[in-house]
Amino acid sequence: MAAELASTRAVSRTFEPVRAPLLIPTWVIIGFFLVAPVLMMLAYSFLTKEFRGGVIWEFSLAAYDQFIFDRGLFGDEPPQIEWTYIVIFVRSIIQAGVATLLCLIIGFPTAYFIATRPRATRSMWLFLVTVPYWVNLLIRTVSMKFLIRDNGPLNEALLGLGVINEPIALINTDFAVQLGLFYSYLPFMVLPIYASVERYDFALSEAAADLYANRWTILRRVILPIVRPGIVAGCILVFVPSLGAFLAPDLLGGAKNFLIGSLIEEQFKGNAGNWPFGAAASMILLSLVLIALFIYARRQARRSAQAL
Amino acid sequence: MRHRINIRRYPGFLPVTILCLVVLYAPLLVVMVYSFNDSLSITRWGGFSFRWYMDIFTGPESAKFKDAAWNSLTIALSAAVASTIIATAAAVAMVRGGAFRGKALNLALISMPIMVPEIVTAVATLVFFSAIGFTLGYLSILVAHIVFCIPFAYLPIAARLQGIDGSYEEAAQDLYASRFQAFLRVLMPLMAPGILAGFLLAFIISLDDFIITNFIKGAGIETLPTAIFGAVKQGIKPNIMALSTLMLSVSIIIVTLSYFISRYGRPGTKAEA
Amino acid sequence: MAEGNIAIDVRNAVKRFGAVTALAGASLTIRDNEFFTLLGPSGCGKTTLLRLIAGFEEITEGEILLYGEDIGALPPNRRPINTVFQHYALFPHMTVAENVAFGMRRLRWSKADIEDQTGRILDLVKLGDLAARRPAQLSGGQQQRVALARAMAPGPKVLLLDEPLSALDLKLRQAMRIELKQIQKETGITFVFVTHDQEEALTMSDRIAVMSAGEIRQVGTPREIYEAPVDRFVADFIGETNVLDVTVHRGPEGVWTCRLPGGAAFPCQTGRPPQDGAAAHVLIRPERLSLVSEAACENGMTGVIDQAVYLGTDIQYGVRLDGGPALLVRAQNAGESAEPFRPGDRVGLAIAPGAARLLID
Repeated sequence: MAAELASTRAVSRTFEPVRAPLLIPTWVIIGFFLVAPVLMMLAYSFLTKEFRGGVIWEFSLAAYDQFIFDRGLFGDEPPQIEWTYIVIFVRSIIQAGVATLLCLIIGFPTAYFIATRPRATRSMWLFLVTVPYWVNLLIRTVSMKFLIRDNGPLNEALLGLGVINEPIALINTDFAVQLGLFYSYLPFMVLPIYASVERYDFALSEAAADLYANRWTILRRVILPIVRPGIVAGCILVFVPSLGAFLAPDLLGGAKNFLIGSLIEEQFKGNAGNWPFGAAASMILLSLVLIALFIYARRQARRSAQAL
Repeated sequence: MRHRINIRRYPGFLPVTILCLVVLYAPLLVVMVYSFNDSLSITRWGGFSFRWYMDIFTGPESAKFKDAAWNSLTIALSAAVASTIIATAAAVAMVRGGAFRGKALNLALISMPIMVPEIVTAVATLVFFSAIGFTLGYLSILVAHIVFCIPFAYLPIAARLQGIDGSYEEAAQDLYASRFQAFLRVLMPLMAPGILAGFLLAFIISLDDFIITNFIKGAGIETLPTAIFGAVKQGIKPNIMALSTLMLSVSIIIVTLSYFISRYGRPGTKAEA
Repeated sequence: MAEGNIAIDVRNAVKRFGAVTALAGASLTIRDNEFFTLLGPSGCGKTTLLRLIAGFEEITEGEILLYGEDIGALPPNRRPINTVFQHYALFPHMTVAENVAFGMRRLRWSKADIEDQTGRILDLVKLGDLAARRPAQLSGGQQQRVALARAMAPGPKVLLLDEPLSALDLKLRQAMRIELKQIQKETGITFVFVTHDQEEALTMSDRIAVMSAGEIRQVGTPREIYEAPVDRFVADFIGETNVLDVTVHRGPEGVWTCRLPGGAAFPCQTGRPPQDGAAAHVLIRPERLSLVSEAACENGMTGVIDQAVYLGTDIQYGVRLDGGPALLVRAQNAGESAEPFRPGDRVGLAIAPGAARLLID
């Protein structure tokens, strides 16, 4: 009970009486300019499309139907599964998954390495890893495009060194997109893993070594299970934005790497627009993201419940 | 060290870290170097020159870039100021407002701009603005930027406030300061590094944004990212590399600045034993 | 103001945090010019009571009067009461002088008055030459003095001190006890002092309230609390004590006698007369027992020494009585030559007159 009392005391409630007025600007701005638009998109996804953009206020499941089924040009043939959009979504998920894996493979050793530096140089290393994140994403993606072009500096250098005889065709491939996503979101992987490893007590490694475990067994059996929450957090933080990414697929992937982001964009730009369909695709994307975040939040809640 | 074997060290982790940094920095360095290329072709190195920097400021596209830069800077500045004020108020309410029902909901609302995929925010805002008859242009960009800057400003401010002992403002009130005076004279000076970090973060995030801006800017107005995107669609030209180099230098300077501010600006924690 | 004038009157104060009751109906009166201490283990509600008086927490039930005026609804900045915080809460962005002047500025004192008072108070706490320093440049003891100076500067009617010495090391703490007491005497301000350290409470206070589990167990002078604890909790909390199960018997001329299960008997003091022959507890402080040779024992309390612990100034013996119970006995260390008792020796116990106190629960 003493601990409970101490915790009730530790929270200062000085501004409790003015809490609502302090929060009103947030409610108004985010509520009106984000919650309302998202709700409106939800509504639009159930409306009928008007040609050349816009909607007709008439309830319809056509947008979702079109997403899943092919009913022929005039909608009177027997429904067949329409794979086009499902494939785009699945491909987006795979691209985001591979990018996440790439981030994990590079990000874990990096985060571990940084967390085991002496205190004085640790924040400097961390700073080095995070700086590129703050450079404009567009500029970063364009730079990557410039670097890996068929006759760009990377290929020139490799040709010059005699490593390869012909330029590697990197641009407009899946790998280019994954590289772009990796490049965009790597700090999201490094930071949570770093935070976990930094809290890790290396006496545990010593104890394991004392009990005849070698380095890699220690990593697999002791360190990885303990820092797993950081790894899970990192994976979600990379996966979620990768899923809806627009710039990397658009600039590095070329036409055949059509992903969710571009699919949604296309419905609202230009004349071929189908607003309800774009809205439906947006809602499906948003649901995927929210499910991922929800699972993560549940895990966190369960973990902190266990910790008490 | 007397032990020959350091149990913390894993062979191979240093090379991976270096590889990681190379992948992160190589594209930026290459663009920086080529921005000083005298050649018209972007592939051949034609000697060192500032001609593409001159081109940005005096060339045929200079007026477009100047307008875009002006828009980007003024929008980023206004959005950062507005979102920092809103986020500071929210942080004080959330961190110093006691436990209350709906606290989690409020936190979800504040972090919503980070959680919703940018492309969804972009199209939803576009559709919403056209539905309520909000003319697309400077003002619509500004409003959208304020929205997504709020969580970025909020995070460092709330983190800082959580680190400040509650007894400071209690002491101020105990010494006859009103709630507002306690905030102004005691809490705000102590929160200053967090507020500044939040402001800089919001500023960079706004300056950075392409996707949302691109959707809701309407015709006839550009920010630097949308101008660059438009130019890149027709191929990467050397003057774009010079412009990119300038922009990334600005970002790096601001981030470095905020790094040192957060590192050396911790007065509140020192006083406690 | 006359001695005995009531400064703070707490009536039936209840404080609940959600489902947790931190203070379960506390009542007490604190007199003008008094050094009053709230003493108890952590979580006993002493800090909650202090924060209710200061105004940092809203009272759930009951009322708090300051010189007869109900202050329960006033925010902290409207109460002429100041606090010395546990970790001082000195404003790190202000100098020592600015910290001390903070309260007076809020009260809109004139510039000259503020300067005067700041100088006077800093001299009082012997920090006159550090006025321009920042808190981070001061030692723990100096910060403590600034906190005291800052709280006293606006001339509060009551000064609240929340474990102000707990962050200092032992030597400094002992010195500050004397100094705090002196400052209180000089200024005549009523001090309400919160601590969990019984030694601190005994040495500094005019009166002490012992608290436990959100309730006030006993209010009294240090001597009353130590010599005549009202219950077992108070007896246990303040110093070491032996508690024995006994039966009480009425003797001649209103003298009560305790009888141990083993047959030993001795006279005891009691506040309330118990029933003849009733079972009860008796308290005896270890330092009021002494070891005698078995032959010289008059009350029949004989036994074997279990252990002897050398404590420097004292030697503490554990004695197992023949009837069963074990007791602690504390004897002054009289030097190498005067230590005739060793573990295993058979001894008798003598009780100082009036040392055995009957407890009726």
